[in-house]
Amino acid sequence: MKKLLALVLTLAMVAAMFTMAASAEEPITITVGMMGPETGPYAIYGNGAAYGAMVAVDEINAAGGKYQFVFLHEDDQGDPELAKNAYNTMMDQGMQIVLGAVTSGACMAVAEIGNEERVFCLTPSASNDLVPESGDQIFQICFTDSNQGVASAKWVAENRPEAKVGIIYNNAQDYSMGIYTAFKTTAAELGVNVVAESAFSDDTAADFSVQVAAMKDAGVDFVFLPIYYTPAVGIMTQAASASYAPEYFGVDGMDGVLGVEGLNVDLVQGVKMLTAFDATSTAPGVAEFVAAFGEKFDASSMNQFSADAYDGMYVLLEALTKADVTADDTAEDICEKLVAVMPELTYSGITGEMTWAADGTVSKSPIAVEISGTEYVSAK
Amino acid sequence: MISFLDHLISGINLGSVYALIALGYSMVYGIAKMLNFAHGDVIMIGAYISFCTGHYLGLPAVVSVLLSVAVCTILGIVIEGLAYKPLRQAGSLAVLITAIGVSYFLQNAAQLIFGPNPVQFPSIVKMGNISLLDGKLLIKSISIVTILCGITIMLVLTWFTGKTRTGRAMRAVSEDKGAAQLMGINVNRTISITFAIGSALAAIAGVLLCSSYPTLMPTTGSMPGIKAFTAAVFGGIGSIPGAMLGGVLLGLIEIFGKAYISSELGDAIVFAVLIVVLLFKPTGLLGKQIREKV
Amino acid sequence: MKKKTLRSYISSFGLVIAAYAFCMFYMNNGMSRTLKGQLIPICSYVVMALSLNLVVGISGELSLGHAGFMSVGAFSGVIVSGWMLNGLAIESESLRLLCALVGGGLCAGVAGFLIGIPVLRLRGDYLAIVTLAFGEIIKSVINCVWVSVDGSKLAFAFNSNNVPGKILINGPQGAVKVDKIATFTGGFLLVLFALLVIMNLVHSHTGRAIMASRDNRIAAESVGISVMKYKTIAFVTSAVLAGMAGALYGLSISTFAPSKFDFNQSINVLVFIVLGGIGNLVGGMISATVLTILPEKLRAFNDYRMLAYAVVLILVMIATNSRSVKNFVSSLTAPLKKARKGDAEHA
Repeated sequence: MKKLLALVLTLAMVAAMFTMAASAEEPITITVGMMGPETGPYAIYGNGAAYGAMVAVDEINAAGGKYQFVFLHEDDQGDPELAKNAYNTMMDQGMQIVLGAVTSGACMAVAEIGNEERVFCLTPSASNDLVPESGDQIFQICFTDSNQGVASAKWVAENRPEAKVGIIYNNAQDYSMGIYTAFKTTAAELGVNVVAESAFSDDTAADFSVQVAAMKDAGVDFVFLPIYYTPAVGIMTQAASASYAPEYFGVDGMDGVLGVEGLNVDLVQGVKMLTAFDATSTAPGVAEFVAAFGEKFDASSMNQFSADAYDGMYVLLEALTKADVTADDTAEDICEKLVAVMPELTYSGITGEMTWAADGTVSKSPIAVEISGTEYVSAK
Repeated sequence: MISFLDHLISGINLGSVYALIALGYSMVYGIAKMLNFAHGDVIMIGAYISFCTGHYLGLPAVVSVLLSVAVCTILGIVIEGLAYKPLRQAGSLAVLITAIGVSYFLQNAAQLIFGPNPVQFPSIVKMGNISLLDGKLLIKSISIVTILCGITIMLVLTWFTGKTRTGRAMRAVSEDKGAAQLMGINVNRTISITFAIGSALAAIAGVLLCSSYPTLMPTTGSMPGIKAFTAAVFGGIGSIPGAMLGGVLLGLIEIFGKAYISSELGDAIVFAVLIVVLLFKPTGLLGKQIREKV
Repeated sequence: MKKKTLRSYISSFGLVIAAYAFCMFYMNNGMSRTLKGQLIPICSYVVMALSLNLVVGISGELSLGHAGFMSVGAFSGVIVSGWMLNGLAIESESLRLLCALVGGGLCAGVAGFLIGIPVLRLRGDYLAIVTLAFGEIIKSVINCVWVSVDGSKLAFAFNSNNVPGKILINGPQGAVKVDKIATFTGGFLLVLFALLVIMNLVHSHTGRAIMASRDNRIAAESVGISVMKYKTIAFVTSAVLAGMAGALYGLSISTFAPSKFDFNQSINVLVFIVLGGIGNLVGGMISATVLTILPEKLRAFNDYRMLAYAVVLILVMIATNSRSVKNFVSSLTAPLKKARKGDAEHA
């Protein structure tokens, strides 16, 4: 269906090009491809990102500017090997720029080939610290894992200096381990009192009684959860049924928790998290994005990844405009031009204001929010 | 001491969920002699049916559970008829691979129908917790329900296979299909009934699994499925009390391993214990020692 | 050498060499990028299929944890290659690839020997579950391992990322920034090697002893065959080949995680050999190739891709194994056969 849509759009654009051949400004069509997990256990992230990007593409194409996008997306199940296949498939279909990959391992594999073949990559959500090291042409929209760990530790040191902190992390996931390690190091430097730590893995992510008991027994009153919201909800549910109610602090993976169908919102009242995107915020563009997303797709599939991918498309547009990419440019030319302009770019999107270092990392400041009712408010 | 009891209770709770799943596994294996790797995914479907009828249609818990049992029973019969029946004469590995195909099918179909997002499953047991020792020790009502369900199902299954006509037919089919047919037993029908019962049990297991551990998504059934398979082998595959015992022990080992040895290596500990036990009891804890005739 | 044996050698090797020649030609004449990128992984899965066929088909034991050996081979292969490049400053890619394959194979072989001792005492499904258990244990343990190369020394850490120098294996993230030195020709040579090892084994005294133990354990024991010994030989050989396949795979991609080699991966390889006909080496190689390409070819189905894959899998299993389908096919071909037989009799 989406391919059909893409095809129709392409045909429409080709037709438009012929009819408008006489006019001075003919739009330049750029093919952007995304690979992400669209099936399997991580499907929420891949689908969320692809939908977010599609919302942006439709808006940009409807506005009829200088650049028009054809958006391709392929499933990689979060696996580097399949991501490589997806990349090759889309290259055969004429992909010029990669908006991806969605997950870190996949992104590192793709970015490295992109580096050899000079294809520009902008990942909405691959946050591992090693991602930018995969090449000079890979840039991130999200902040790195260690950044989040450091920012979380600083928040705790400033706002909860007396807290007895406990950490529950996923030791089989690089995202969780990256944040956890950075948090622990910074927490030790800042004198945060970490009294308990407990791990789980994807294979044991059903029962959290041991982890909850470890926190409870150590007298923890502030639990740091550097994990995605799916296991976090499990932890909070099981803690509540054990009559244990500490303060919870999550990271951007916690965002989306309010979209869980059937969730009792009382459970997550007061949960704090670092995030760059707040769907209930009054910042410019956010309400429009949420409304446009809800019109096209199931609103419950919107998450942080959607917002990152949405911003990613606009960042690409901005960068293409600034670099003045022309219709004759090959993927290689586009890559070199974009790499040159990215460090000079400033973009203010629905996930905050962003600037980039030449190594590809983004600088944006995560904000700490707190769940109140079904909204985020500034955390205190 | 309190924390030990705490872990003991969680272990029994987790274990009885594994046991419930393992009972279905072991039953199908014992009679049809096939590893039904799609069992875990039938559990997930059962939980989704119960969630959808309860959450969207607002039906009472009992009705939604009964509906999910009904749907899974039909699903079990359909799967057996379409995918496994044509392979009755084929090798066991061919059936195993087909079961894996069915498992992929159910998972991906569930993702297309219910979406990839996790849902929060409301516990079907609405009673409060029982608190002991001045509230220091909590026993969740769902734990008690799960354990009681497990024991009841085990007893009923033992009675059913031992005393009823259909049950005896099942055992006959399990011993020797050819001889059973000669005795006038309808082998195909007996195997279909076995699948129907196995899938009905899967629905109950799914509802209780998600009542204890409320995150439900299309991949929810796969890991508990593998663990339950392990539990069934642990207890001696094909043995109904063995499945129960294996499940409870597996849950206890998992919880105690995570609590007292290493939370990073939770699964490795479970499997290491399994290997050690199988070295000393090569046919599981309660499995039958099969003598080879020359 | 018997005529029949010679013929099976010629047909299997001929097929592999022809496939290689075809790929080399097609590669420069319109092969899609996707397929080009899949060539090395296909070689690696083909070797995995050969390796598992040795255990399941020839030795007759069901293994559900074969991806574990692939994992050991992949990670040790990456360590060998990374250490040679960064620690010993050996630049030659083919030498490093060779050493990595040998190193990966050796490590997996040692793992296979250690695991084989307890595993092969068991029978049937109990054996299968223990191999599954070992596969899961290997995965959980590698999740907690950090390896780096510091100067000319390797540094290992367990449950801590505190390792100096250039990181080779980064805990749950697995191997990172791998130097991709695997080549299609290297993969092809590995396939030939694996095929040669297995075919020689099958047609030797040892192979006959292994098959005798499979067909009737008690009869084999009664004529003085040490069943444990021969089953161990088959299991360890298979582990070595799986480790080499893993090393090839690992060196073909810049990053891969321990979770890549999970239960599902073991099952995937099992699907290859069951579909190709258990014990049929050529069939296993063909189905490994087809089933690796198939999901990519199903991309046109979009969201229904994996659903379509599942349906194809079920249908193929039923079509190739169901008696009624077989009867139907043979009833169609019967007149042809009759005619041919008639011709032969007349001639």
